[in-house]
Amino acid sequence: MNKILFSSISKKFVLALAGVFLLMFLPVHLIINLMLLKSDPEPFNKAAHFMATFPVIKIIEIVLIAAILIHIFYGIFLQIQNWLARPVGYVSGNKSDTSFFSKFMIWTGASVFTFLVIHFFNFYFIRLGLVRGDPEDFYSVVHSLFKIPVYNYIYLVCFTLLGLHLFHAFSSAFQTLGLNHRIWTPVINVIAWIYAIALPLGFAFISITIWQFR
Amino acid sequence: MGKLNSKIPDGPLAQKWTKYKASVKLVNPANKKKLEIIVVGTGLSGASAASALGELGYSVKNFCYQDSPRRAHSVAAQGGINAAKNYQNDGDSIYRLFYDMIKGGDYRAREANVYRAAEVSNDVIDHYTALGVPFARDYGGTLDTRSFGGVQVSRTFYAKGQTGQQCLLGCYSSLNRQIKKGNVTMYPRREMLDLVVIDGKARGIIARNLLTGEIERHAAHAVVLATGGYGTIYYLSTLAVNSNASAAWKAHKKGAFFANPSFIQIHPTCVPQLNEFQSKLTLMSESLRNDGRIWVPKMKDDKRPANSIPEEERDYYLERRYPAFGNLVPRDVASRAAKERCDAGYGVGETGLAVNLDFRDAIKKQGKKAIENKYGNLFEMYKTITGIDPYEEPMRIYPAGHYTMGGLWVDYELMTTIPGLYAIGESNFSDHGANRLGASSLMQAAGDGYFVLPNTISNYLADEIRVPKISTDKPEFEETENSAVERLNKLISIKGKQTASSFHKRLGKILWDHCGMTRNEEGLKKALTLISELKKEFWKDLNVPGTINEINMELEKAGRVADYFELAELLVTDALDRKESCGAHFREEFQTPDGEAQRNDEKFTYVAAWEYAGEGKPHILHKEELKFEEVEMKVRSYK
Amino acid sequence: MNLILKIWRQKNPKTMGNFVTYRMDDVSPEMSFLEMLDALNKKLVEEDKDPVAFDHDCREGICGSCGMYINGHPHGPVPAITTCHLSMRYFRDGDTIWVEPWRAKPFPVIKDLIVDRSAFDKIQTAGGFISVNTGAAPEANSILVRKKKSDEAFDSSVCIGCGACVAACKNASAMLFVSAKISQFALLPQGRIEAKERVRAMVEKMDELGFGSCSNTGACEAECPKQIKLTNIARLNREYYKAF
Repeated sequence: MNKILFSSISKKFVLALAGVFLLMFLPVHLIINLMLLKSDPEPFNKAAHFMATFPVIKIIEIVLIAAILIHIFYGIFLQIQNWLARPVGYVSGNKSDTSFFSKFMIWTGASVFTFLVIHFFNFYFIRLGLVRGDPEDFYSVVHSLFKIPVYNYIYLVCFTLLGLHLFHAFSSAFQTLGLNHRIWTPVINVIAWIYAIALPLGFAFISITIWQFR
Repeated sequence: MGKLNSKIPDGPLAQKWTKYKASVKLVNPANKKKLEIIVVGTGLSGASAASALGELGYSVKNFCYQDSPRRAHSVAAQGGINAAKNYQNDGDSIYRLFYDMIKGGDYRAREANVYRAAEVSNDVIDHYTALGVPFARDYGGTLDTRSFGGVQVSRTFYAKGQTGQQCLLGCYSSLNRQIKKGNVTMYPRREMLDLVVIDGKARGIIARNLLTGEIERHAAHAVVLATGGYGTIYYLSTLAVNSNASAAWKAHKKGAFFANPSFIQIHPTCVPQLNEFQSKLTLMSESLRNDGRIWVPKMKDDKRPANSIPEEERDYYLERRYPAFGNLVPRDVASRAAKERCDAGYGVGETGLAVNLDFRDAIKKQGKKAIENKYGNLFEMYKTITGIDPYEEPMRIYPAGHYTMGGLWVDYELMTTIPGLYAIGESNFSDHGANRLGASSLMQAAGDGYFVLPNTISNYLADEIRVPKISTDKPEFEETENSAVERLNKLISIKGKQTASSFHKRLGKILWDHCGMTRNEEGLKKALTLISELKKEFWKDLNVPGTINEINMELEKAGRVADYFELAELLVTDALDRKESCGAHFREEFQTPDGEAQRNDEKFTYVAAWEYAGEGKPHILHKEELKFEEVEMKVRSYK
Repeated sequence: MNLILKIWRQKNPKTMGNFVTYRMDDVSPEMSFLEMLDALNKKLVEEDKDPVAFDHDCREGICGSCGMYINGHPHGPVPAITTCHLSMRYFRDGDTIWVEPWRAKPFPVIKDLIVDRSAFDKIQTAGGFISVNTGAAPEANSILVRKKKSDEAFDSSVCIGCGACVAACKNASAMLFVSAKISQFALLPQGRIEAKERVRAMVEKMDELGFGSCSNTGACEAECPKQIKLTNIARLNREYYKAF
C-alpha cells in the first residue's frame, strides 16, 4: 500500500489536487481584490475581515496553506526526481513540439512562490502581528503598496509568470487526474486559456489602476 | 538411405493428430521442472514455444540476438493469419485450408503436417484473442476476416496491416508472464554459435554474449531452434537485416538434415532498389493487388513518366496472361511475370527493374477516400520511403526475396535428424511445400510453438527424466566452444580490405541472378563456380576491426556471411538437382509452351533432405517420398 | 550532397564519450539515415577503424530497434517515423547533423548510439500480459467486443517499444510506453479481469527503474513514431486510481 501512496502517479495526483484547489481559490481572491477599486475602503476591509475571522473560512485557510505547501513540496520533489532521471542531457537540445510552458513549471512556480513570500510579509504577517501595520485596514495597506513603482513591477512580473504557470497547469491537472474526454477535453483547454489570461490580467488591472489613477 | 523416418501416425488423416496426442508419452509435473529446454529465437514460434513450455512447468532458457524478444522479425508480417473458423459461412473447413496449402505449395509438402497445421489454426486464433490481440472486428463485436491470394474463402484474421506485430506482442506477453513466474529465463543479445551434441543427442548450445563478447555454455535436455528463415542470403530481401541462417546451419553441420533449401519465395510487391547502398527491400502488402493494376509500357525503354503514357500503350501483362485471376495470381507467378517483362526491356524507373502498380482506375471508381481507408498506411509508408505519392503516380514495385519454405528437415514431431533437436516455424521445412500462401506463416509458426511442439516434445523428454542436469564441463562443450572461438579468431585475423557486407552483397547478387525467380542448369553451374571463388576471396580479404571480446557488429556479420557462403552452395546444388519446376522453384528448362511451371511428379515428389558429409565433401541427398493419400495431384492453373 | 556528422562515440558504459566529427561526401538523397551510417561504417572499416555502433534490424519501422537522437529530435525531425525510415531527402547540402544516443538514467549507454532498453522489458514482465494458459482460451467469438473499443485498443497496441517517448520527455518518463500497454488491455474485456494488479505492478516497476514522472508536456506524443496518443496517459492515471 505504501508503494501505491508514494508512487509517481500518486504524487502527481496529490500535486494536481492541491493545484486544483489553488485554482479555485484564485478567482475568489480576485473578486475580493476588485473591491479595492471602490473609493470606499469599507467593503474590502469587511471582506478581508470576514476572510480572516469566519470559522469555516479559517478551516479553508488551513487547507489552503496546506495545499500551497503540498503543491510546493511535491512539485520540487518530483522535479528533482525528474532531473535525476536524465543525468546527461542532449547537446542538440530538445526541439520536440511540446506544451511550451510545461518545460518551465518549476521556474514559473518558483517566482510565484517568491511573490507569495512577499505577500505573506505584507498581509498575513500583519495579521499575526509579526509585521507592523493595521490588520483592520488592509485597504490602505494595499493602496500604499501599489503606489510604490518597484512593488508594481514585481507584482506585474510575478503575475505574468503565474499566468504562464496556469497556462499549462489548468489542463495538465485534468490530464493527471485522469479526466480526459473526447468532447470535454478541448473545452477544458479553451477554458484553461481564458483562465490563464483573464486571471492575471484581472489582478494586474487592479494594481495598475490604483498605481496610475488613484 | 532409410535415415529418414517421418514418424507419421497411422490412421485416417483427420484422426492422426488426435490419435497421436492420446498415445504420446507424458512427463509428470515434478519431473518437468528438472528438465531443461533451450529455445533459440523469440519470434512467433520461439516465444510461443518458450511460453507454452514454461506454462507446462519445464525449465526454459530462451535466446535472441536482439536487445528484446519483442523485436523478432515476425513483428513485420503485415497481412494476416489464417484459420479455418468458417465465421463467414463460406464453406471453409479444416480440410479446405489443408487442401489450399497443399495445392498452393505445389504438392511438395507433407500431408500429415499440413493437416495438423490447419487443425490447430482455430486454437491459435482463440488463444491470441484471449491474450488480448486486437484483431479487427465487425460492428456486432465478432471477429472480422478478409480474403487473401490464392484461395476462394475469407479466412484471414488481421489487425490492420500489422497482424504480425500484434501476434508477436501477444507471444511476447505470454513469454513475459512465464519470465515473471521464473519458468523462462531470457537471454537477449546472444548469438548461438554452435550446437553441442553429446552421445548423438542435442544437449546444449554455445552462445556469444553480443555485448561483452563472452562465450557462454548452456546445457539442456532438448534444444529447439526457432530461428526463422534465410531470405537475407540474397542480401536485399524483405527480412530484417540481421536475420540469418547461422543457428540452423550450425545444427545442420552437426547432423541435422537441411530440406529443400532452394525453395525460396520471392514476393512480387516490394519497393524496388533505389540506390547502391540500399540495405533492405520493404514489402508492400499483397492486399494491394486487390485494387492496383500492374502494367509496363508496351514500348521498350519507354522513359516517359507513367501518367503521360496513354492507355493503349500500357501492357497490363498479368491481366493479359492470366485472365481468370488477373492481378491476383499467386506470388510466385506474379513475381516471374514481372521479371520476364523487365528482362525483356520493358521495366520502368531508372534501373528498368520495376513495374507499375497503378491505383488510378481504383481511385476513379471507388474514390480516393475508399482507397485511403483500405491502404492509407501502406501508401504513407511508400511515400515515406520513395518520396512518390501513390495517389498521384503509380507505385513502382519489384519482387524481392521473402520467405524460405526450405529449412531443417523435421519429422511429424518437429524433431530434426538429431535426437533432441527440434525446429519450428520458418526454420523448418514442413508445411509450405514449394510455395507458401499468404497469411499462413503466422499460422504455422504460432501453431508449432503453442500447440504442436509442447505435445510432441514430451514424447522425447519422457525418456530423459533419469538424465540429471547436464554439466557444461563435459568435453563436448569444451570442444564445441574451442572450435567456435577458433572460428571467430580466424575471421578476425584475416585482416584484409573488404567488409563483410560487401561480400554479402556480391554473394546476394550471384544468387539473385542465377538462383532467384528463375533458374537454369547453366546459370546454376556458373553460380557454383562464382560462389566458390567469392568464398575464397572472403577468407583472404575480409576485414573485421576490433576484437572478439567486445561488441563487434562486424564480427557478427562476418560469421553470418561465412555461413551463407556454405548454405548458398547447398541452395544452388539443390536447385540443380531438382530438374522440374514447382512453386517458387522455376527451372527454365521445365516449362510449358506458354511459360508456366512444369512439375515432374513421377521423379520429384519428394523432400530433398541434405546431409552434411564434412568439410569440402559433397552433401548427401536423402529423399523423403511424399505420399498424397487425401489429395489428388493436379496442375496448378490460374489462367 | 555533403554533410558534417557529429556523432557521439563512447567505447563502453564505463568510459567517457565525446562527439566525433565525420565528413560525409556524396550522400544520395535516396538513402535512409541508417544507410548513410552504413556508408560511413563501410569507410571506417576499410580504414580499419571502429565503426559506429547502433541498434537496427527490420529497417521498415516496426521492430523498434533503431533509435537515435538527431538534431534535437528522437528519430530525427520528421514526425511519425523511425530512424530507419528517415530519408536523407530531408537534409540539405552542407548541413551539420548531431547524432546522440537516447539519454535517460534507466537507458544507460552501452556503446556509441546503443543504449540498454531492457528496462522496458522489465516493465512488461511485471504485468504486461493477460494470464491465460495455452489451450485454456474460450472460443474467440464467445466474448464480443465493441468495434470502437477494439479499434482503440489496436491504436494503443501499435507501440514498438523504441523508447523515443522516454528520449523526448524532459523527465525521461516512460508513461506513454506504459500507458499504451495498460490501455490496450484496459479497453478489452479479456484484459479487465486483472486490470488492477497489472497497473499497480507496471507502475511500481516503472518507478523502481528510475524513470521520471509525467508532466504532460506532450513531447512523447509529438515524437512517437507510431503516434500513440496522450489520452492513453490519462487512461493510465484513471486505471491507477481505480486500483486503489
